Amino acid sequence: MSSVEVAATPRIHYLNADYGIKSWLLTTDHKRIAWLYLMAITFFFAVGGLAATLMRLNLIEPQGLLVEPETYNKLFSMHGIVMVFFFLVPSIPAVLGNFLIPLMLGARDVAFPRLNLMSWYIFMTGGSLVLYALIAGGVDTGWTFYTPLSSMYLNTHVMAAAGGIFIAGFSSILTGLNFVVTIHKMRAPGLTWFRLPLFIWSMYASSIIFIIATPVIAISLALLIVERFFHVGIFDPALGGDPILFQHLFWFYSHPAVYVMILPSMGVISELVTAFSRKRVFGYHFVAFSSVAIAAIGFLVWGHHMFVSGQSIYAGLVFSALSFAVAIPSAIKVFNWTATLYKGSISYEAPMLYALGFIGLFTIGGLTGLYLAATALDQHVHATYFIIAHFHYIMVGGAVMGYLGGIHYWWPKISGRLYPDGWARVAAVVIFVGFNLTFFPQFILGYDGMPRRYAIYPPEFQTLNVISSAGASILGLGYIIPLIYLAWSARYGAPAGPNPWKATGLEWTTASPPITHNFEETPVVTEEPYAYDRIAEEIQVA
Amino acid sequence: MHNRQSSVVYEQFDDRTQQHEASSLGMWIFLATEIMFFGGVFTGYTVYRGLFPTGFSEGSHLLNARIGALNTAVLIGSSLTMALAVHAAQTGKRKLLMAFIVSTMVLGGVFLYIKFFLEWMHEYHEGLAPGLHFTYAGPQAGHVAMFFVFYFILTGIHATHMIVGEGIMVVLLVTAWRGGYSAERYNPIEMFGLYWHFVDIVWIFLFPLLYLYGAHF
Amino acid sequence: MSEHIAPRKMYFYVFFGLLILTLVTWQVAYIDLGKWNTVVMLIIAAGKATLVGTFFMHLRWSASMIRLVVFAAVFWLSILITLTIGDFFSRGNAEHQPMRTGTVISQSFSPAAKR
Repeated sequence: MSSVEVAATPRIHYLNADYGIKSWLLTTDHKRIAWLYLMAITFFFAVGGLAATLMRLNLIEPQGLLVEPETYNKLFSMHGIVMVFFFLVPSIPAVLGNFLIPLMLGARDVAFPRLNLMSWYIFMTGGSLVLYALIAGGVDTGWTFYTPLSSMYLNTHVMAAAGGIFIAGFSSILTGLNFVVTIHKMRAPGLTWFRLPLFIWSMYASSIIFIIATPVIAISLALLIVERFFHVGIFDPALGGDPILFQHLFWFYSHPAVYVMILPSMGVISELVTAFSRKRVFGYHFVAFSSVAIAAIGFLVWGHHMFVSGQSIYAGLVFSALSFAVAIPSAIKVFNWTATLYKGSISYEAPMLYALGFIGLFTIGGLTGLYLAATALDQHVHATYFIIAHFHYIMVGGAVMGYLGGIHYWWPKISGRLYPDGWARVAAVVIFVGFNLTFFPQFILGYDGMPRRYAIYPPEFQTLNVISSAGASILGLGYIIPLIYLAWSARYGAPAGPNPWKATGLEWTTASPPITHNFEETPVVTEEPYAYDRIAEEIQVA
Repeated sequence: MHNRQSSVVYEQFDDRTQQHEASSLGMWIFLATEIMFFGGVFTGYTVYRGLFPTGFSEGSHLLNARIGALNTAVLIGSSLTMALAVHAAQTGKRKLLMAFIVSTMVLGGVFLYIKFFLEWMHEYHEGLAPGLHFTYAGPQAGHVAMFFVFYFILTGIHATHMIVGEGIMVVLLVTAWRGGYSAERYNPIEMFGLYWHFVDIVWIFLFPLLYLYGAHF
Repeated sequence: MSEHIAPRKMYFYVFFGLLILTLVTWQVAYIDLGKWNTVVMLIIAAGKATLVGTFFMHLRWSASMIRLVVFAAVFWLSILITLTIGDFFSRGNAEHQPMRTGTVISQSFSPAAKR
């Protein structure tokens, strides 16, 4: 087993150190807070997924199978708002980041544990407001809240939804702040910056985005609420404002937010690829710095969402060129993962299947992004299903695959138990197949001119829409399977032992599940990360 | 961990130095988010002032620059007393610390009083509050309204920060009164000082941008 | 401890410096310098902010990491402002310019290319 002697399962660990609902709701243990987030975002994922299911059902028939167009508008708005702000943005940072960052750093907890718990409550307050907006009748602004439609013309619960996102934003800010300080100040002795796992680097980069970008969406939604409440001109052209200003402020957050979704996933994939190739990651420094580069350049490209909105063509040209630039660090990562696989002893456990799926799907999503960064082509495919397909390849094919891969990889550490690997592999394949069936047809639909956000469509688009809906049902099934066997394994799975994957990294040197303060004594780091050659030797000797 | 230090060091930290560095880094990062938060409104202000320079200077001219300058002096004074409060805490002088917290609160209160009763109420009655009571007429009325929208949002968010600060100072004062701070343990005072000075800096920019733009007309 | 305790009279010097700069910026505002009014005011405001940051907020004695945080925030704010106003002030006189370009493109390509 591992070089450090650790009991298979400690008698008292963080899960059974204390009992009762209060011990969970008032915990300051980062591992328990990760569980709180896991529960919350699984719920929000179900809500957003339900909205998507109804949309896909409706699109089976050209005239709409189920709902009125107004309801359809509310469905896609709710799907977007819930999935973006309450699932994707917090998914990996708040669950895996919270659980793993102190473990990977050899720390007892994050720097500000009470602030960490407060972040969860802020998140839940914001989430409840959005749920209230949903139950009270919904919103139909789309997740982008474009003005003046949202501020002046719609009669739905815009303020509750925008207010909910405003509040939840502070949870992101405080989480990012906590992580940056933790990574700077809480590293174990000997854990220098270039000995950090790549997951930490990517969490660091996305925390910077949380810190810099989230306040701007908060203030732009606040301005929207002011304009709506007082009927004063900030963005409304009828009152002298300029709606494009809202789009600038909105996308200054919402484009970098895409990197908040994908960067943590990339970090997970870096861990998975090296662990299941039994090889040191290729070009560690390049992968690490490409995370920071993506975070930095990601702030310079937001105008590519506004090529057709009346933005100046010169600004469009600048934003287009900068958008192409962000492809470079992304490509560096893909090449480095591929090079890591080269001549590795690859094994196909479930997390690795997700990782490989991620690489393929992210590549398609990234390359189609280049189409959209080209101003001329964007005129053609803007606001069509091509865009929908593109960003679902990034956000679902990328971010969600990374999230599921990470959950599977670290599940033995989180729960202390093993899940049934056969089922896990089946689920990974089902999700991959279902995903492609759902979203690949949408590239063709969009290129042929089917616009997004419509409840009805011309009959010639029906075949591809039916294929997409069929794929969505497979995808939905694929998401339900892991929910069942992971829940089962948390209680009935075989004990995992400290290091079931024989992986490197401080989190695998402590018990599964870890004790409340993570380590019996503070670890000291003496080597580079991903020393799989050393582990291979140890296994041979043993 | 059961030495004298355990009373002032939280369990996740190794020692007081680590704790102090972590909290001041955390506070500064928080201030960075505040810069971006105000920055969003400043961006809007910059854009519209560039688009409608006449309306904005006409609006700015309607504000009383003398009151603005007075309030700037008051707020700078409160920053001084806050800095002295931190100094008193660092040197472990409890009574002096309490005196300076109280004077910071008083100066902050004077600022808020002037802001609320001598400015906002006045502007409301003059019909310069878009969305509530706006009666200003003239060729530039729409753009003047835009100026006042930004005036109320910027000063409103700023005043909200000050009110939050006053609330925190009550807690600090009570803790200081109970002897909660010493030359070894004054982190909260120092961190709050950073916040208060930041609010001062925001005003340092608001004063010329809002009050002085139209002064020379 | 790593914290620095500055002499008390320094705070008073800074305070008087800030008051003088406030007086200057207030009085300069009544002199018409054209566009330079704004420039002067912003320079003075930046100077005052630097004084507060350096001495009241102890940046002078802070770790370089903390100065980096301040720099990063100001830097990213300047990105937000620069790129946003870059759009607004490169539109020329007509707000519809990009839309018109769009129409021209679709006129020359559209009927045959689409289907």
